[in-house]
Amino acid sequence: MHSGGKGFTFSKLFIYIILIAGSVISLFPFYWMFVIATNHTSAINKVPPAILPGKELVTNFQNVLAKIDFFGAMLNSLIISSLVTIGVLFICSLAGFAFAKLNFRGKEFLFIFILVTMMIPPQLGLIPQYYIITQLGWLNELKAVVVPGLIDAFGIFWMRQYVKGSVPDELLEAAKIDGCSYFRIYWNIVCPVILPAFATLAIIRFMYVWNDFLWPLVVLRDTTSHTIQIAIRTLVDNYVQDYGMILSGTFWATVPLILVFLIFNRFFIESLTQGAIKS
Amino acid sequence: MGNKGDYSVIKTTINTNSSAQIKTKRYFSESFKESFVGYLYVSPFFILFGIFGLFPILFSFYLGFQKWNGLNEMEFVGLNNYKLIYSDPVFWKAIYNTIIIGFLGCFPILVFSIILAFILNSAFVRLKSIFRVSLFMPYVTSTVAVAIVFGVIFSNMEFGIANLTFSWFGFEPIKWQVGEWAVKIAIACMVLWRWVGYNVIIFIAGLQSIPIELYEAATIDGATTRQQLFYITVPLLKPVIIFTVFLSTVGSLQLFTEPLIFLGRNAREEGITAVLYLWREAFNNMAFGTASAAAVTLFFIIIIVSFINYLITNRISS
Repeated sequence: MHSGGKGFTFSKLFIYIILIAGSVISLFPFYWMFVIATNHTSAINKVPPAILPGKELVTNFQNVLAKIDFFGAMLNSLIISSLVTIGVLFICSLAGFAFAKLNFRGKEFLFIFILVTMMIPPQLGLIPQYYIITQLGWLNELKAVVVPGLIDAFGIFWMRQYVKGSVPDELLEAAKIDGCSYFRIYWNIVCPVILPAFATLAIIRFMYVWNDFLWPLVVLRDTTSHTIQIAIRTLVDNYVQDYGMILSGTFWATVPLILVFLIFNRFFIESLTQGAIKS
Repeated sequence: MGNKGDYSVIKTTINTNSSAQIKTKRYFSESFKESFVGYLYVSPFFILFGIFGLFPILFSFYLGFQKWNGLNEMEFVGLNNYKLIYSDPVFWKAIYNTIIIGFLGCFPILVFSIILAFILNSAFVRLKSIFRVSLFMPYVTSTVAVAIVFGVIFSNMEFGIANLTFSWFGFEPIKWQVGEWAVKIAIACMVLWRWVGYNVIIFIAGLQSIPIELYEAATIDGATTRQQLFYITVPLLKPVIIFTVFLSTVGSLQLFTEPLIFLGRNAREEGITAVLYLWREAFNNMAFGTASAAAVTLFFIIIIVSFINYLITNRISS
């Protein structure tokens, strides 16, 4: 572009102002979380409120530990998210492989059916789902979240596209002639090739399950079965006054995933973009 | 390597046949085996979806006609549940709120994220990755955390950061959790904050898929930047725009966490949303029948809204 020096720098400056404003707005709530988590509630509830981190970091968190089983809830979240992720990777890659490479009658129909289910919001069946869980006796058990969490239409779609695009038919034919069983083909030939697709799907699914709220709220009522999201919500529900303590819990519940994100940010962003663009 | 497990039966059959038959039989068995394996491998999804997805949705339709508290016998009440919720002003208020908050959230998300994606995609901007990471960070945060932090920012008190900022400009403190519009704006801000970054990233990917040659050709033909924007970028970005609008719409119809945490379990009318209404009917009032009727109604609303949505985006972008 060669359209005069002054106007060009001005628009450039303007663009940087937009970007910086956007980033500041995005980051400010994290800073604010930290400020409140490190201050005594009385320091926040005055005019003007404290705007710098204080010295109550440890005290506030001790108050959190006195109110909820923070680490137990973290562990529950970790167990649920990991089990769902592993299960989804297995189920979806297996189905994706079948849809991409095997011939069976009604394959196209079944696949389109799966795509259609992606459009239906899961909350619509909330009440019968809850009823089924009570009938199975799974209320307050982690499997009440894990088992229904294994349904992942997007994952099957994602895996099918990837297998179709990256595993050559010749390779499978050769393996078949050598007498490989289908499961061996899947396990020894398909799986190693689609590792990047596993990583992407794992990130998407893990994050989704970790942050999920409505369904765990409905089926995990007992405090010992709470996920971290439900646990920090009980802080708000029961002890409305003590913001230092509430935000301390919120802050420390947010930190782990943010850290993982910051370390692998490029990979995270790429995964989620690919996931979105493909659909 | 021989065939294992499930297929040994088929193999034995083949072996016992005469050589003339082996060829056809084996061919047949091979394709039969492939079908069997195919169905087997896709079955986990269908079994789980049948139990925890399809059946519950169908059963919701049935429950919509029953009076039930989850414990006692169900009682068939015909259309009574529908009459009850349709004559409940709070139900309509919930639908109205959901749509208003949806608009307040979705439209700015679309505008901001296209602008930001545009900027981040231009060649001269430095420190792109830092901006990308900071814009994307809200998306990694859980909705619960977002709602709690914004609940403090949009505190009713004058020391809440939103009210404090307003006071610098001479405004009176606003009752964010009470005011008809204040509640909706506060909730829309939570949605906006969490989702802009995600949409930016998608739009950047969309922008990058547009071939540079098109812009080069347009520049040679003397097209201005603005003309390029409206005649190349926007039309080619159309599928991405439709996709993100669809996602935002369906997402905002499902709003639940933000209002529940911001307003508490007995959410006031100003901020109750459709899913919150449904949840409250079912799990606070133990009225499973009316809650199901609400779910069924919501189901049809989602279908209608998605359809209208598709028509509008299609028209606007073309």
